[in-house]
Parts: sequence; structure tokens; C-alpha cells
Amino acid sequence: MHAVYPLVLGALLFAIGLYGVLARRNAIAVLMAIELLLNAVTLNLVSFSAILRDRYGMGQIFTLFIITIAAAETGLGLAIVLLVYRQRATADLGEQRALAEPVEPVTADELSPRNVEAEVAR
Amino acid sequence: MNLLALIASLLPALGAAVTAAGGRDLRHVKFWSTAPVGAALLLTLLVAIDHGSGGASVHTYSIGTAGAFHVEIGTRVTGLSAIIAVLVAGVAICVQVFSTTYLGGEPRYPSYAALISLFTAAMLTVVYSADLVVLLVGWEIMGACSYFLIGHYWEKPEARPASIKAFLMTKAGDVPFLFGIIALGVQAHSFQINAVLAATGQDRLHHPAWIAFLLLCGVLGKSAQFPLHSWLPDAMAGPTPISALIHAATMVAAGIYVVALLYPVFALCQAVLIVMAIIAAITMTGAALCAFAQTDIKKILAYSTVSQLAYMLGGLAVGGRSQAIYLLLVHGAFKALLFLAAGVVIHRVGSNELSAMGGLRYRMPVAYTTMTIGLLALAGIPPFSGFFGKEAVLGAAYNATGEFAAPGRIVLIFGLITAGLTAAYSLRLWLGVFHGPFPDAPHEHEATVEAPQPELIPLILLAVPAALLGIVVLFGSGFSNYLGGWYGEAGAAGADLWPGGLTTLLSLLFVLGFGGLVFLAWRRDEGADPARALLGPVRPALVNGFYFDRLIDAAVVRPTRAAARLVGFLDANVIDAYVRGSGTGARGLGTVLRRLQTGSVQFYLTCLFLGVVIMAAVYAYVGTVS
Repeated sequence: MHAVYPLVLGALLFAIGLYGVLARRNAIAVLMAIELLLNAVTLNLVSFSAILRDRYGMGQIFTLFIITIAAAETGLGLAIVLLVYRQRATADLGEQRALAEPVEPVTADELSPRNVEAEVAR
Repeated sequence: MNLLALIASLLPALGAAVTAAGGRDLRHVKFWSTAPVGAALLLTLLVAIDHGSGGASVHTYSIGTAGAFHVEIGTRVTGLSAIIAVLVAGVAICVQVFSTTYLGGEPRYPSYAALISLFTAAMLTVVYSADLVVLLVGWEIMGACSYFLIGHYWEKPEARPASIKAFLMTKAGDVPFLFGIIALGVQAHSFQINAVLAATGQDRLHHPAWIAFLLLCGVLGKSAQFPLHSWLPDAMAGPTPISALIHAATMVAAGIYVVALLYPVFALCQAVLIVMAIIAAITMTGAALCAFAQTDIKKILAYSTVSQLAYMLGGLAVGGRSQAIYLLLVHGAFKALLFLAAGVVIHRVGSNELSAMGGLRYRMPVAYTTMTIGLLALAGIPPFSGFFGKEAVLGAAYNATGEFAAPGRIVLIFGLITAGLTAAYSLRLWLGVFHGPFPDAPHEHEATVEAPQPELIPLILLAVPAALLGIVVLFGSGFSNYLGGWYGEAGAAGADLWPGGLTTLLSLLFVLGFGGLVFLAWRRDEGADPARALLGPVRPALVNGFYFDRLIDAAVVRPTRAAARLVGFLDANVIDAYVRGSGTGARGLGTVLRRLQTGSVQFYLTCLFLGVVIMAAVYAYVGTVS
């Protein structure tokens, strides 16, 4: 089998996963997209391991690790999504803006010397 | 002998420390302010007697090297320093004793007494110092002490600016003075006075005229000569005994003393002598005119001091070193007496103003007698000491030859006029205080005694030298021989202090003429001020010291203020603009970055991804190019 097939499949899977992570609003869908990303990577690992004829099968071993970690990560992620949904009654990522910085504009007053003196006096 | 001199200059400093440490216990303060100064007087007398007329006796202690200079600290006793030290200690003990009752009841008396002792110690340091650096230290301590003492009554609105003015004006002269001393020390390769004088004698100084001018600036500041004179009349805001100390023995005498000490440096160049003579001429005449117009008796005496110091500077300008020092000595005696007596009168009357006084002849017999002696000496009436001092200077000016001839003529002409003016203001002061009718306002202490004993005894003690110091001239050139030569050597041909015929005749004519004019003006209306009748329209200008303060205000104070405002403006609007700009700029940039912090995780991830893509693209591009 030509090496390009699994690699192109992996790239396609990664692209779909990336789109899902960056563009989807539903948190569950994002989690699923992350799974796609991980699986695209594992596919790459396995194929390169085969292409390069890795004697120790490091690609396969890594893949096993990633499958385990992905399971745990999905469980954790689902738990977080569930908690978010319980608290906010929505799993829409577009509405989770608690980490945003409030923006207050610089006023012209801060540039005048009198204001500075007043601050010093205070 | 040098050890005695060292102890004499350290004792008052010790007294100052103990006085200040003792708190408010009045007996402690009185003892420790007078006893060390009295002991110092005894020691200076011993030094003066022991010294005889034998050259300069130097004893120094080596304390290591500083750069290219070997630092030795010690004492240098010459006839000049020995005799000035006696004057300093003598006036200081009189002032301290006088102050025990005069200011004894005031809350800040302990600090005042300590500062007077420190002042005395500083002046004795200047007088006895063997090198110029220690002399400068004493010189500056005096400046600081005068600042504190003039501002003693800091609750009075006129005392605070007066003390700052005294400090700034003397400091304006001290800065060039410092450079002059550095130049002297560097060119002579030593700060030892003996070495400096030797270098001057061997013509090893490169620019003696410039050095002399730099030193002269300091002298003008300390000795209150034109154009740095106007701090002295304002310094009258301080307590009266302080004026006696500053005007008679310390501070102002230090300037004249330094010129006499480093006389060869000044005498090397005729331009310096002519400048000194011109400054002396302007100061002596102008100050005497101002003294004639003043209504505050302390200010009369203050301007009189300025005028008399100019006499001494004039004497130095014409080569009359011994004559000038002789005048310094007698002036110290009678001016201390006059100030202390004026202090007694002011306490009794409760005012400084001449208009509040009059007819005190029978009420204050001791003050009347002693002040009469002092004023006779000041006016230059024979046989009182001031007459011989003044005649010695005029004689020196008249007999000046060679390079001293040109300054001699200037000093002689203005000296004669000033002699007349001095007699005029002395007579006006005497008549105004002790004669004529009582002023309408009743006096404060009608029934009490004239003054406590500790105030009257110094008056009597000071009246003796004020009256009798003229005896010195009987010894002919003895006084000059005692002082020693220009370079501190013994056995130099000294000048004769005996008054010359022609100058004596002329100055007595001036004295009689001006004095008679004042007397006639006073006889017409005994209650009125003769200055009003005689001076007419120019009187306001003289009362205000020729509006010299306004000139300083326009020439120095206002430009300085304007420069300060400019600096303030530049600071607030230019330099601070950068500071504020950096802060605001950082905040502006921060705001831009804040706008990126939307809180959307997916946006962050997109940015991250784009960044990785860009980095990978750049890496790939760079890889292909290279």
C-alpha cells in the first residue's frame, strides 16, 4: 500500500478536527472534534512507524498511550461540559466569556499635569 | 605656646557642646557659656604675651595624605593672630556675660549661648589655623552660626529673611573664596599658610591677580563690603549682643584678617589694590551716608560697621597692613561697647527707634558714659582710640608710595569725607538718644534700675580699651613690629602709627565741619531729627540704603525666580510629559491587547493555530532560501 493514503487520510481527519475545534459552538461537538484530531495524529504515528520500519514499534506504543489518555480526557471533558451545562443551562462555547478582559478607554484627563499633581497630593 | 593656642580654640567649642547638652538649667548654661570662653581669653592673653615679636610659630600634627597633599593640622601663631585672638576672646566673654541677664530669661537662651561659644571657637580656629583648609572650615562654621543667630527670633517676620539673606550673600562670596584657596594650595603645592606665603614670596603663583580677586569675593561677603554689604544692616533682626559679636570681633573681622594674613597675595598686583580701594571708597562713604539717615539705632551702628570695615579694607589697599589691623582692634573694642550699650538702651526704652528715645542722659548714667566714650572713639575725637586708628589709616594712604600711590589717593579723599560723615552720624546718635526732650510716649521701666550688673560690667570693661587703646601709638612702630612682617617673619621694618600732621588737621576739620553742621541743625529744634533737615529730599533713598535691595531684587532675585518658574514649567510640562506619555502609551498598548482577550477559547486557539502556521511558513521559507 502506498504511504500516501494513510497520510492523506490523517491530514483530512486533522483538518476536519481542526475545523470542528475552531468553528463549532457546541461543546460536545468540540470534544468530538478533539477526538478526531487525536486519531489523525495516531494514524500518522502508526503509518510512519510502518513506513520507517521502526523495529521497536514506538508509533504503536504511542498510539496505545494516546488512546488511553484520550479516553480519560474525553471523560474529564464531558464532566466539565456537564458541569458547565448544569450551571449555565447552555453548552454553547460562544457564550463562555468569563475570561474576557474588561476594556476601559484612556481618557484625556490622564494626560494633563494638574490631574497628576492631584493624584500625588492624594 | 601652640598647644595653648590649640586649647584656646577648642575650649569654647567644648563649652558650646556642654552648654547645648545641659538642657534648660539656667545656672548650668550660664556657667558653661562663660567659663570656657573666659579661660580661652586667659589662654589667648598668655599666647600673646608669650609670643613677643618672634615671627611665626607653627606646630602641626600629621594626619596622613590626601591625594598629592600631605595633610597637617595645627596652629600657627604670629603677632597678628595672637592679637586678633585676644580681641575675639575678649569681646566674646563680654558678650556672653552680657547675655546671661540680657537673654537669660528667654526660652531659647541655651541654644543661643551654645551657638555664641561655637561662633567664638570657629573664629579662633580661623585665627590660629596653620593651614587654609582648616581656616575655611572655621570660616564656614561662622557662616552657619551667623545664620542661626541672626534667625534667633524666628517668630519675627523680619528675622527669617534676614538670616537667609546673610547666609546667601556671604555664601555668594564664599564660593569664589573656596576656588581661590584651592588655586593657592594647588600652585603652592601645600595648603600650609607658611608654604603658601613662601611660594608667593618666590613668585611661584601663576595668576596671583585672579587668586586675589577670588579671595577678595569671600572677603567682601564676610566683611560686608559693596556689593555684598546689604546683609549686615538686615542682620539687626537678631539679638543685640549677637550684633556686638559679629560686628566687633568675629565674622566681619574674619574677612579683614584673611586679607592681612595672605597680604602678599593681594599686594602682588596693583589692579587688585585699586579694586580694593574703589570698593572701600564706595562702601565707606555710602554706608556712612546711610548711617546718617537711619532711624533705628542698631541700623545706624550696622551701617557704621560697614563703613569702618571699608576703612580697614582701604588701609589694606594702600599697604597699611598694621594700620588696618590696629583700626580693626580699636574698632572691635568700641563697636562691641556701642552695641552692648545700645542693647541696654533698647531694653530700657522698649524700641529700636531713635524717635522713641531722648534725654536719657540722667536716667542711664552708665550707658551714657560708656556710649559717649564709644561714640567719641567712633567719631575720631582725640585722644580716644578710634582717632588714632583712623589717623593711622589716613596717614598710610597719604604716605603711600609706588604701587600703593594710586589706591592711596582714592582712600585718602573718601576717607576724609567719611571721617566727617562718621562724626556727623555719631553726634546725631548721641544727641538723639541721650539729649533733647523726652519723647511723648512713656518709657516701659520708669522706676527700675538702669540694667542688671552683668550687663553694665562688660560696658565698663570695654570702655577702657575703647578710650585708652590709643596708647599703642606712643610705642611708634612697636605695634607693627609685634604683628610681624607680611610673610610672618620677625624683625621687619614696621610702620609708625603716629598720626601725621596734615591728614590729622584735615580730618579734624572735616569732623568739626560736619559735626558742627549737625549740632547747628539740632539746636534749631532739639526734638527733631537733624538728618531730616540736612538731607532733605535724598533722605528716603539713604534710609533704604540707596535702594540697593531693589537693585538686587531686579538683578538677581527676579531673574532667579523667573528661571525657577521656567524650570518648574519645563519640569511639569516637558519632562513630566515624557513620563506621563510612557505611562499612557503603555496603557494604550495594553488596551489594544485587552481587546484581544475576548474570553472566547476558540478565538485563542485560532490565533494559536495561525501563529503556528505562520511560523512554519517562515521556517520553511527560510529553509528553502538558505
